[in-house]
Amino acid sequence: MPTIKGFTGAGIFTIAALATAAAQAQELKIGIMAVLSGPQAVLGGQLRDGFNLGIKHAGGKLGGLATTVIVQDDELKPDVAVGKARQLIERDKVDFVVGPVFSNILLAIQRPITEANVFLISPNAGPSPLAGKSCNPFFFNTSYQNDQPPEVLGKFAQDKGFKKAFLLAPNYQAGKDMIGGFKKHFKGEIADEVYTPLGQLDFAAELARIAAAKPDAFFVFMPGGMGVNLVKQYRQAGLDRIPFLSVFTVDESTLPAQQDAAVGFFSGMTWAPNTDTPANMKFVADFEREYGYVPGSYAMQAYDAAQLIDSAVKAVGGKLADKAAMRAALRKADFPSVRGAFKFNSNGFPIQDFYLVKVAKRPDGKFQTEIVQKVFSSYADSHAADCPLK
Amino acid sequence: MCERADPGDTMSTPLFVVQLFNGLQLGVLLFLVAAGLTLVFGVMDFINLAHGVQYMLGAYLAVTFYRLTGSFFASVLLALPASMVFGLALEVAIFRHLYERDHLEQVLATFGVILFLNQGVKIVWGAAPLNMPIPDILSGSIPLMEGLRYPVYRFAIIAAGLAVAVALYVFVTATRVGMLVRAGATNAPMVSALGVDIKRLFMIVFGFGAMLAGFAGAMVAPILSVEPGMGDQILILAFVVIVIGGIGSIRGAFIAALLVGVIDTLGRSFMTDMLRLVLAPSTARVIGPALASMTIYLLMAIVLAVRPAGLFPAKGRA
Repeated sequence: MPTIKGFTGAGIFTIAALATAAAQAQELKIGIMAVLSGPQAVLGGQLRDGFNLGIKHAGGKLGGLATTVIVQDDELKPDVAVGKARQLIERDKVDFVVGPVFSNILLAIQRPITEANVFLISPNAGPSPLAGKSCNPFFFNTSYQNDQPPEVLGKFAQDKGFKKAFLLAPNYQAGKDMIGGFKKHFKGEIADEVYTPLGQLDFAAELARIAAAKPDAFFVFMPGGMGVNLVKQYRQAGLDRIPFLSVFTVDESTLPAQQDAAVGFFSGMTWAPNTDTPANMKFVADFEREYGYVPGSYAMQAYDAAQLIDSAVKAVGGKLADKAAMRAALRKADFPSVRGAFKFNSNGFPIQDFYLVKVAKRPDGKFQTEIVQKVFSSYADSHAADCPLK
Repeated sequence: MCERADPGDTMSTPLFVVQLFNGLQLGVLLFLVAAGLTLVFGVMDFINLAHGVQYMLGAYLAVTFYRLTGSFFASVLLALPASMVFGLALEVAIFRHLYERDHLEQVLATFGVILFLNQGVKIVWGAAPLNMPIPDILSGSIPLMEGLRYPVYRFAIIAAGLAVAVALYVFVTATRVGMLVRAGATNAPMVSALGVDIKRLFMIVFGFGAMLAGFAGAMVAPILSVEPGMGDQILILAFVVIVIGGIGSIRGAFIAALLVGVIDTLGRSFMTDMLRLVLAPSTARVIGPALASMTIYLLMAIVLAVRPAGLFPAKGRA
């Protein structure tokens, strides 16, 4: 059957031609998964902008390869996120997925992505299962393990000698985890531990209880709009003489709304916009010029994720298919993190320093967190021991 | 770590008084939102889930006018007619076509309006929460209890809300339009049959309700952050209020709003401590917050069991 033979020959020729073309113009495809709608969209926006700046600083080519970014909005819904993760893998055939902001989304998309042997870099979420027993060779985290930021405040409160603390958090899992993290190092008296309904916006009743309990320190986890309200009302109620220790309550995503009300309030983080490294100075200055707002940790960690991918793709000479070599290169974390010293633990989570940071008003009238003191040095999370990876 | 078992100083009299004020303030805000809702529901038999959006818009409009004028009072005054105009525009464009439909369709359509406007607000003003300062004249505070300054502004909210309640009471009981509104709440078809332009009456009620909700939004802008979706939560509470108070009844809405505000606040502040008297502290800490957020719904269930039409049903509806 000559016709059929002819067809087959042509087919083989076409495939060969395509393969050559692909080798000549090799492309790096990265999927970004972040919440870009709803009340938390500000955080997803920071993530996306931080990552894009990282690509820009690499001349538009991460690891020397032409880089395409496909942005997906996870809508903060795990089912939506899984669907979009599958699209990124099957339709767009991405080499990396970077995201998301929230831990519940990460736990949902982690399996479909890593099971397809695609690398997943989390620039923010760091839930404990992925740091411990369910750690994964295709997963890396460029932020911190979720337990660690509240531990910074607990340690600080303990070292400072505060006798009595009042704790406040929303009534859901993350709220309880944050309170647990604080109590890990704080051994003083807990005046009270109050959980409010998620989404509560008026804290007048809780503030009166704080005043009645007369604590030496106040520890709170109130993300997003809840934190904006709490900070304003805390200041209005004149409770600001009680040290305000917090996580994810006063940061660059909420400060534009909190403004002066948050000045002097404490938080725990691995970095602040005034971290004194040359890489960070360049990052912050270029970020503000490009996007017109002060970057927060969400942007910083995404920027580092871009640097991480850049370093690894370079190290393997652009051979994206060699997953083992790529993993080894990622594991080395051979890039100048803007926060300073940074290396990966066996579970793919960072070993890094943690700082007490404080809100300040800059001379130009904008607000940012600033480093006060180092609380932990080269601090690894406590779950790595449960991770079977080496 | 020691748990404090003695609830003595966490349940002191000054704290109780402060919490009563907090409850009153929440109640007054709820009343402003619920007043419009109960009238619209009572007079037009129209379920408007988008009423919470009016509250959100009031806050956004106030912030916008504040940025333009720099004056708190001017911005609140401007936000009132603007909220009303917006409410009327929604009425003419969308809601008017739903009055004859059944409740399920109204719920669906007005829910769509919520989604649309929450997203619309984000496109216009951005997703980040906005901020509006307390005016200087109201920025002081009163030391009601040791260590706590009670902002004068919160008293101003209570006062403004009570003033509106009185004005509304006079309006509904002593004016001709008020009489028609009451008549409409009792039997709208009959009012129409007697030659009253019911469409115009509906528009007045609707615009007025939107303005009251907008006023509530403008008043909370300095103490709460102004953000998309801020109206969704208060809407649920407002529905609880009008069901407890009796649909269509301003007086019922007022009493029920204060009741819900005070009970919710006291529950949130004292439930855990009260449970601690009978339960282990750790158990109380788990059950307390859960039970506290249930109290108003328990109240609603009890009221409905005893008086199915609410505490003060509009005459003729019960």
